[in-house]
Amino acid sequence: MLVTNLAILVLAGFVGYAVISKVPNTLHTPLMSGTNAIHGIVVLGGIVLLVNGLADGFLNKLLLVIAVAFGTINVVGGFLVTDRMLEMFKAKPKDLVEAEPEAKA
Amino acid sequence: MITASFITDPNFRSVLYIVSFALFIYGLSGLTGPKTAVQGNRIAAVGMGFAVVATLLVPDVSNIVLIILGVAIGTAIGVPAARQVKMTQMPQMVALFNGVGGGAVALIAWVEFRESGGFADVPTYVAIFSCFAAIVGSVSFWGSNIAFGKLQELIDGGSKVIGSAQIQSFINMALGAIAVACGIAIVAGSHGEILILVLLVSAALLGVFLVLPIGGADMPVVISLLNAFTGLSAAATGVALDNTSLIVAGMIVGASGTLLTQQMATAMNRSITSVIAGGFGGTVEAAAGATSASGGTVRSTSAADVAIQMAYARLVVVVPGYGMAVSQAQHAVREMAKLLEAKGVEVKYAIHPVAGRMPGHMNVLLAEADVPYEQLKEMDDINGEFPRVDVSLVIGANDVTNPDARNKADSPIYGMPILNVDESASVIVLKRSMSSGYAGIDNPLFVNPKTSMLFGDAKQSVSDITEELKVL
Repeated sequence: MLVTNLAILVLAGFVGYAVISKVPNTLHTPLMSGTNAIHGIVVLGGIVLLVNGLADGFLNKLLLVIAVAFGTINVVGGFLVTDRMLEMFKAKPKDLVEAEPEAKA
Repeated sequence: MITASFITDPNFRSVLYIVSFALFIYGLSGLTGPKTAVQGNRIAAVGMGFAVVATLLVPDVSNIVLIILGVAIGTAIGVPAARQVKMTQMPQMVALFNGVGGGAVALIAWVEFRESGGFADVPTYVAIFSCFAAIVGSVSFWGSNIAFGKLQELIDGGSKVIGSAQIQSFINMALGAIAVACGIAIVAGSHGEILILVLLVSAALLGVFLVLPIGGADMPVVISLLNAFTGLSAAATGVALDNTSLIVAGMIVGASGTLLTQQMATAMNRSITSVIAGGFGGTVEAAAGATSASGGTVRSTSAADVAIQMAYARLVVVVPGYGMAVSQAQHAVREMAKLLEAKGVEVKYAIHPVAGRMPGHMNVLLAEADVPYEQLKEMDDINGEFPRVDVSLVIGANDVTNPDARNKADSPIYGMPILNVDESASVIVLKRSMSSGYAGIDNPLFVNPKTSMLFGDAKQSVSDITEELKVL
C-alpha cells in the first residue's frame, strides 16, 4: 500500500510539473488561484475521519468540523474566485462593434 | 441491497477517485490557455464534486450531521467572500483561501495523533507523513495569514525582523529545528500530546517569522510558495490516510506550485532562497541613502500637458503597477485609452511579470475594464518597441521600471529584468508622492530629463487627463 502510494505520489509530481510548464504570464494569477482551490481537497481528510467514525470525543470532532469548514472555504471560495477572474478574459461582443467605426475613421 | 453494496464497494470508490483526479489534470491543463481556462476551472470543480461524493459512499455513514455542518459553515463563509471580493483584493483572498487549506491539514494531523494515541498503533510511515503534514500545514496557515494581513494593510507592509536579519534567521532555524525534533520524537515512539502541540506552535511561529520580514515585490513569490507548501502537505495527508485522490491532487499542486514559484523568482532575477532569507531588508537603507545623496531634479507636469502630449503621439504605452490597483484606476485608464484611440493614437499596455502583487494581477484588472486582450503585451514582446514609443505612461509602477536594475551593480534589484521605458521619447509618471516603491529604493527614472511627474491619486489623475482630452 505504501509503495503504491509513493509511486502515485512521484508520478503525480511529474504530471503537475508537465501540465504547468507552458503558461502565459497573463494566466499566472488564475492558475495560482485554481491550483489553490484544488488543494482544498484536504476537506476529504476531515470527511474520511468523520464519515468512518474514526474520531471520538468532543474536541476531536470539533477540530474536524473546523477542518471540514476550512477545507470547504478553500474549495468553494477558490473555484468561485478563479471563475470570476477568468470570466473577465472572455471576449465581449460589444468591443468588436465599437472597433469597426474606429477602424474606418 | 445489491446497489447499496455496489456503491459502497471500495473499488467503486477508487474508480470515482480516478475519475476525479483525471478531471483535475484535464481541468488544470485547460487553465494554461486563455480560451480553455474557464472550462478548465469548472472541470476541476466537477472533479472535486466526484471526490467528495466518493468519500461519503461508505457502508456505515457516521457523523453525517457534523460533516454537513462543516460544509455549510465553509460554504457560508467562502461563497460570499469569493463573490464580494474586489478584483484589486484578489491576491490577499488567494492567500487567505490557501491559509485555511493549510490549517485544515494541520488540524487533521492533530486529530489523527489524538485518535491513535500519539501514532502508537499505526505504521511508522503514517507518523512520518502526518508530522510532515502538521509542520507544513501550520507554517502555511500562519504564513498565509501574515501575507493576507500585509496585503490588506492590517500589518505594516515593510520588512520587519527581530533584532537583525542574522538573529531572525537564527530564530527561524531554531523554531524549525524544534518542530522537526518533536516530529522525530513522535516517530521514534513518544506519545505525549505536548509534543504535537509544541510541533504545531513552533511551526506556526516559523510561518509568522518567515513571512513577516518579506516586504515588497517578493510577496507574489511567497504566496505561490505557500500554495505549493499546502499542496505538498495535502499529499502527505493523503499518504497517511491512504487516499489516492488526496495524494494526486495535493502533489500536482505541490509540483505545479513549485514550478510557478520558480518562474516568478526567475522573472525577478532572485532565487527562492534569497526571497526567504529576508527580502530586500538588509540592503534597503544603504541604497536609499546613497541615491538620495546624489540628488537630481524632478519635473512636475499638469494633466493638460499630459493630454496634449499623448493626443499628438503615434504610439502610447501604458505601464500599470500596484498604484493603479490601489486607486482602482483601470476603468478610467480604459476610458482614456478609448479617447486616444478615437484620435488615432495607438495604445498598448506593457505588463511586467511581477507588476502589482501577483503575476497576472494587472491583466486581471485591465481585463475587468474590458481592455482588449491583444493590447496587453508581455515584457519580452514590448521591450524591443520602446525606442519607437512616443509616450510611456507609467501608472503607479516603480521598481519594474527602475533603470538601476540594468545599470547599477550594487542596487538590490540589479539584474531584475525591467520594462525599458527610459528608451521611449518621453515618460510620464503618475505617482502619489516621491516616496520609494515597494522594494524601498530610489528610482533614477524620476530624475531623468525625459521624465515628467504628475503627482496625485492615479484614478484622479487619469480622469483629469481624460477630461482634458475631451476638450482638445
